[in-house]
Amino acid sequence: MTLGAPLFWLVVFFFAPLAIVWAYSFGENDGLVRISLTGTFQNYVRALEPLYLEIFAKSALIAGLTTLLCLVLGFPFAVAVTFAPRRLKVWLLLLVMLPFWTNLLIRTYALIAVLREEGVVNGGLEFLWSAGSALSQSLGFGPLDEFKPLSLLYNNTAVVIGLVYIHLPFMVLPLYAALDRLDRSLLEASLDLGAGHARTWLFIIVPLAAPGILSGSLLTFIPALGSYLTPDLLGGPDSQMIANIIERQFKRANNWPFGAALSFILMYATFIAIALQALASGRRSKETP
Amino acid sequence: MSSGFGPKGTRRSLLAGLGVAAVGLTFSGSLAGCSPSADPADGAAAAGGEEAKLNFYNWDTYIGETTLDDFKAASGVEVNMSLFANNDELFAKLRAGNPGYDVIVPSNEFVARMIEAGMLQAIDRTKIPNFSNIDPVFQDADFDPGRLYSMPYTWLALGIGYRKSKVKGVPDSWKHLFDSAEYSGRIALLGESADLVRLCARYLGNSVRNIPADLLPRIEQMLIAQKAHVKAFHDDNGQDMLLNGEVDLVLEYNGDIAQAMKDDPDIDFVIPKEGSLLNADCLCIPVGAPHPENAHKFINYILDAKAGAAISNTILYPTPNAAAKALMPEEYRSSPVVFPPPETLATCEYGAFEGAEVSQTFEDLITRVRAS
Repeated sequence: MTLGAPLFWLVVFFFAPLAIVWAYSFGENDGLVRISLTGTFQNYVRALEPLYLEIFAKSALIAGLTTLLCLVLGFPFAVAVTFAPRRLKVWLLLLVMLPFWTNLLIRTYALIAVLREEGVVNGGLEFLWSAGSALSQSLGFGPLDEFKPLSLLYNNTAVVIGLVYIHLPFMVLPLYAALDRLDRSLLEASLDLGAGHARTWLFIIVPLAAPGILSGSLLTFIPALGSYLTPDLLGGPDSQMIANIIERQFKRANNWPFGAALSFILMYATFIAIALQALASGRRSKETP
Repeated sequence: MSSGFGPKGTRRSLLAGLGVAAVGLTFSGSLAGCSPSADPADGAAAAGGEEAKLNFYNWDTYIGETTLDDFKAASGVEVNMSLFANNDELFAKLRAGNPGYDVIVPSNEFVARMIEAGMLQAIDRTKIPNFSNIDPVFQDADFDPGRLYSMPYTWLALGIGYRKSKVKGVPDSWKHLFDSAEYSGRIALLGESADLVRLCARYLGNSVRNIPADLLPRIEQMLIAQKAHVKAFHDDNGQDMLLNGEVDLVLEYNGDIAQAMKDDPDIDFVIPKEGSLLNADCLCIPVGAPHPENAHKFINYILDAKAGAAISNTILYPTPNAAAKALMPEEYRSSPVVFPPPETLATCEYGAFEGAEVSQTFEDLITRVRAS
């Protein structure tokens, strides 16, 4: 009985719509608005053409890079939060959480305002540049060349910056959850027994945080892999990720069956990643009962 | 995180909860991202008879500042307007059934497409007396013979919007956008696959209609080579990119650039000498509209001379409404941006819906260009 409501929710709002899209992926367009479910595998065959595989690979690369950068940036921060005094800890975690309370679209537009050619970063650089130019002039070296704004927006770098910014909390929170349970006496023992700080980090902290690293990476990688808005708004001419292709198949190309097949390939990839993670954490819990 | 619930850690479980909330938030965020426009009409489901409401699905920056309020004052009908970004979004929203819109604004090709798909209601001309205000040229159309399903709203031409101080002379050829490194990194193209392919065909000396299949590989090669010089494919927000200095040349519609020119006198617009693509946006009533009576009233109101002039004053697109045009100031009527001269228009053509397969071919071509 207690299971009834969530089960109903899951079936009506998750399984049923997904089943429809899944069925579409075996269909064909019949005229402009009808889809006939012919059981064809043609959509999947087409989705596995090199063109789309390359886009999948590129999406995975961008998502992987995002995950790596989030880990590199998030790990020291999570450690700092763990060892911070109680009061400060709450504030630091609040800092991570705060962006979540703003709509993704607004955050992305804010990032555009920061990165664009007449944006905050280039404005700051231009100010420094003109100050430097005035200085060199007063020293008798003549003015510097005209300031050329950096192209920070509409390229793949902008997409990665945007994705890291959006997904950092997904990495920091699980890392913090793992690190907070860490037995401090192990670190003291390691330092007492002659290991340096680097060794203690590498051989004590990182392995103990491994479950956090794994779940944080997964929580970052999966949404980053399917990200749509960020490459659409921050990306350049070649920054299309798989979700952008799916959107275009559903809208511009009006080919729902093919869009559905692409969506499900993305979904299968996600399921495989989750299954691998479950497998890995299952093995670990067996090793350390 | 799944194992983050310690036996004593109450704060930690609070944090885990926050994390879950965060995941939920981002999910809703990405959903909102899929359709940035406002939800269709919240009250639409309850619409039974002809209550004093109307759900209008329109392009952004495409109505007069006070038009909706004026209509409410005149008729008592409250208009609920939501926005779409392109015809594909409009089509995708209505494809699985009308979610409650009464009046929509598809372009010529999509009027044809939606008529073919049986998605539009015939318009009762007896309820649109203001149709007589329309310039006779626009009273019939090949995409809707006899104007049975669509009423003319605006027409528009694609061209190059540019920043005068950053461009040498007038960039009056598609070459600058499609086939030249001269303005490398300073170009934004419209992300509409069909429009891009057609304009490239036009640049290569063909009609925008019935593009021969053997020309497509050439267009693809040209765009792949040009991509290195293109900063972005925009979503019909090229005028903003031009205004904030992100690029110096954009492929855009004349009306959007005319709006930008009001804000920045350094911006201008040209229809390249090879000729261009024309579009006509139309007012239509989708099948299943909950308020068809109000929809007719609203369309008739928009075709009114004064109301039409008020709209043109804001959106600065060419109007097919002769009576409204007569009320407009001279600077609008004689603007070469809004109303390109007849000899330029003679080089322009309307596109045509040539079937789903052709659309798919264009889409695949652009996907390959962008993936390369």
